[in-house]
Amino acid sequence: MSETIHTCQLPGGMVLVAEEMPWLRSAAFTFLVPAGSVFEPKERAGLAGFTCEMMLRGAGDRDNRQLILDLDTLGVDRSESVGPTHIGFSGVALAERLPDVLSIYADLLRRPQLPEEQLEAGRQIMLQELSAVEDEPAQKSILELRRTFFADPWGRPHQGNEPGILAVTSDEIRRFWQNHYSPKGTILGVAGRFDWPTLREEVQRLFADWTPMETDLPAEVVSPSSVRHIPFESGQTHVTVGFETVPYRDENYFEAWGATGVLGGGMSSRLATEVREHRGLCYTVYAYSYTLRDKAGVLCYSGTSADRANETLEVMVDQLRRLREGVETEELDRLKSRIKSALVMQQESSSSRSSSIARDWYHLGRVRSMDEVSERLDRLSAASINAYLESHPPGDFTVVTLGPRELEVSLGVSES
Amino acid sequence: MEFLNHKLDNGLEVIAECNDRAYSAAIGFFVKTGSRDETEPLAGVSHFLEHMAFKGTAGRTVDQVNREFDAMGAHYNACTSEEQTVYYAAVLPECIDRVVELWTDLLRPSLREEDFETEKQVILEEIFLYRDMPPFGADDRCKELYFGDHPLGKSVLGTVDSITQMDAAAMRDYFGQKYGANRIVLVACGNVDFDHLLETAQRRCGDWTPGDDRISGQVFKPNQQFLAMPKESATQQYTMQLAPGPKVDDPLRYAAKVLATILGDETGSRMYWEFIDSGRAEHISFGHGEYDDTATFSTYLGCDPELADDNLQRLDELFRKARNEGVTKAELDQAKSKILSRVVLGAERPRDRLFGLGNEWILRHKYESIEDDLREVRAITLDQVNRVLADYPLTQNTTVTIGPVTDWSYRS
Repeated sequence: MSETIHTCQLPGGMVLVAEEMPWLRSAAFTFLVPAGSVFEPKERAGLAGFTCEMMLRGAGDRDNRQLILDLDTLGVDRSESVGPTHIGFSGVALAERLPDVLSIYADLLRRPQLPEEQLEAGRQIMLQELSAVEDEPAQKSILELRRTFFADPWGRPHQGNEPGILAVTSDEIRRFWQNHYSPKGTILGVAGRFDWPTLREEVQRLFADWTPMETDLPAEVVSPSSVRHIPFESGQTHVTVGFETVPYRDENYFEAWGATGVLGGGMSSRLATEVREHRGLCYTVYAYSYTLRDKAGVLCYSGTSADRANETLEVMVDQLRRLREGVETEELDRLKSRIKSALVMQQESSSSRSSSIARDWYHLGRVRSMDEVSERLDRLSAASINAYLESHPPGDFTVVTLGPRELEVSLGVSES
Repeated sequence: MEFLNHKLDNGLEVIAECNDRAYSAAIGFFVKTGSRDETEPLAGVSHFLEHMAFKGTAGRTVDQVNREFDAMGAHYNACTSEEQTVYYAAVLPECIDRVVELWTDLLRPSLREEDFETEKQVILEEIFLYRDMPPFGADDRCKELYFGDHPLGKSVLGTVDSITQMDAAAMRDYFGQKYGANRIVLVACGNVDFDHLLETAQRRCGDWTPGDDRISGQVFKPNQQFLAMPKESATQQYTMQLAPGPKVDDPLRYAAKVLATILGDETGSRMYWEFIDSGRAEHISFGHGEYDDTATFSTYLGCDPELADDNLQRLDELFRKARNEGVTKAELDQAKSKILSRVVLGAERPRDRLFGLGNEWILRHKYESIEDDLREVRAITLDQVNRVLADYPLTQNTTVTIGPVTDWSYRS
């Protein structure tokens, strides 16, 4: 693998990071704008998502219809995501269309119309998205685990809450945009087929004169471990467990990643084997690392019939404890094959690379090249993971369950 | 890009779109069996059997199977629908042999009693998972009402009863009848050597025996009715509709796909402006679905219960207006731009391309290159799209809605 990665910092602080993939016909982009839900006032939970919803309702001299029509005509497959720190605006199109697409996004980020007469339509969308979560208990349980695991505002679900969404005014949306849609902290990742000097020039033309705003990020805090049950009218109980791990930027990240992968990544992982394959307790079980910049958690999930929920939690916690005893070389080798294969396959997806390099820039201030990842993985051994596990044994579990009955959490899970 | 195909003596077909510059390869075993091929007491057996295939063979336990896939770094899974069960994997080129070897072994599974009982619990948990989500049941009920006695009206998942009562012997019988070589197509794309693949298929599958052919072409008259299923605990109201659409052998099938984009695409479509931009619904989708012997237009709407009644009337009005006034040239051009772009982008990864390739072969026994696809889309005229609207009145449908709403003025 050999990659050509370019970067360019613009006067207002925005960073362009781009990876050439000339064998593709597409080009993809990811804007990460530091306007996520942690910046919302406590009594306006949902404001970040609401603002994002309003951003697509007209920009520059295009009204909402013209904006969507022009993006459609350019054949852009686009999406938006609302995270704790950033709003992501992503898309992919045929490579030759990229300059026109970026020029529309410059309007969208810098000159949104935020039409007051469409505020209520936007609010309806926000309220319905919020209600829809109540109809998806599996998704709700993992949102509740995050809310419990991280202290507010870091665990706040991006859907917000009803009082927050109902209270938002058009002025507040405009102010949130003015204060947070700023080049300082904005990252644009581009991957695919492009000519670097042309791309750089184009992005400079569109964004170099964007005026920065200063914003303060609250400190990231993990809440003390706790056990919480959310009563829910359902047949299944959703069992979630979280514990602290090291973030993406930590020097031990790959060791932690290896341990989490052995625990819950893939069908041959310990959780899939013990909870699903050997005992038939669930359809879905997984564990993954959810990383902020300074703090991170391993979040584990399984959903099972209410009368088997105690057993499921016991098996899960037992596997978390056993992880301290270390991982086997064979387990690690499988994990390395999976990640190396995934790395090669990323070469076929401009979208996946554009978001990876943008996220890398946020977490590391640079791009971890695929060669570097590959080389780091070669150095990863069962011994290095086990040394990590010895100094960072999984413990202080936060347990959140959602279902018809409270569980008997007599496992002393929060003592360890 | 080169397309090659060959049929083994026992009827198993091998098809491939080869591109030696691709970073990966995707392969899939498309088995032509699904819920429509199930007999009455075995509702859900196709999907259950798909799970059981991973449980291993005489030479492999379930743990070994899972470890082998992961050790290859395979991106793999399987899925079951009304008409097919697909086992697929994307791997690096050096792992193709291993993954084909593994799949061909798993497609002759042991179906051990003990594994069967454990996996039955997993299937039940899958049903329980969906059962806690309020739209559950409406989808199956809508199919059942629309298709009437036609076998496409059967549920893919089956029911708690049918799964609980099923035994391994019945599954083995079903397997014997429906997994014959004549019902299997090995589909490959990306960086794959066809001659080598064919040789492997011959060696590994050459002795598989043929089985039954599907009985299809059952005549049915699509039903039109409206059913409201009250569900107090739901917070949103969910609605499904099924209506007839141009079949797979109809030249209008391409125009039907363009029409679906104009009316119901996720962005910029008539439904988008009517329901999403306006905030009247949280979600709406509309698509053209094709089967062996029939085709449908399907709509799925999720919204605030208070808006549901009005939304269904608006949906009828949207369909009526399209039929009476037709769509415009500007809408046609916009839809074509989107589709052309998606066709090209969707071909960049072998794993994304695999299903288009396999489905087209299963449905029409035809290969369409990306260039063919692009040509077909470019050639569609306004007249053809409007003909679909004239020939297939979308308001003549079966509608099933589930959620807290109990009073309806819609269709009463």
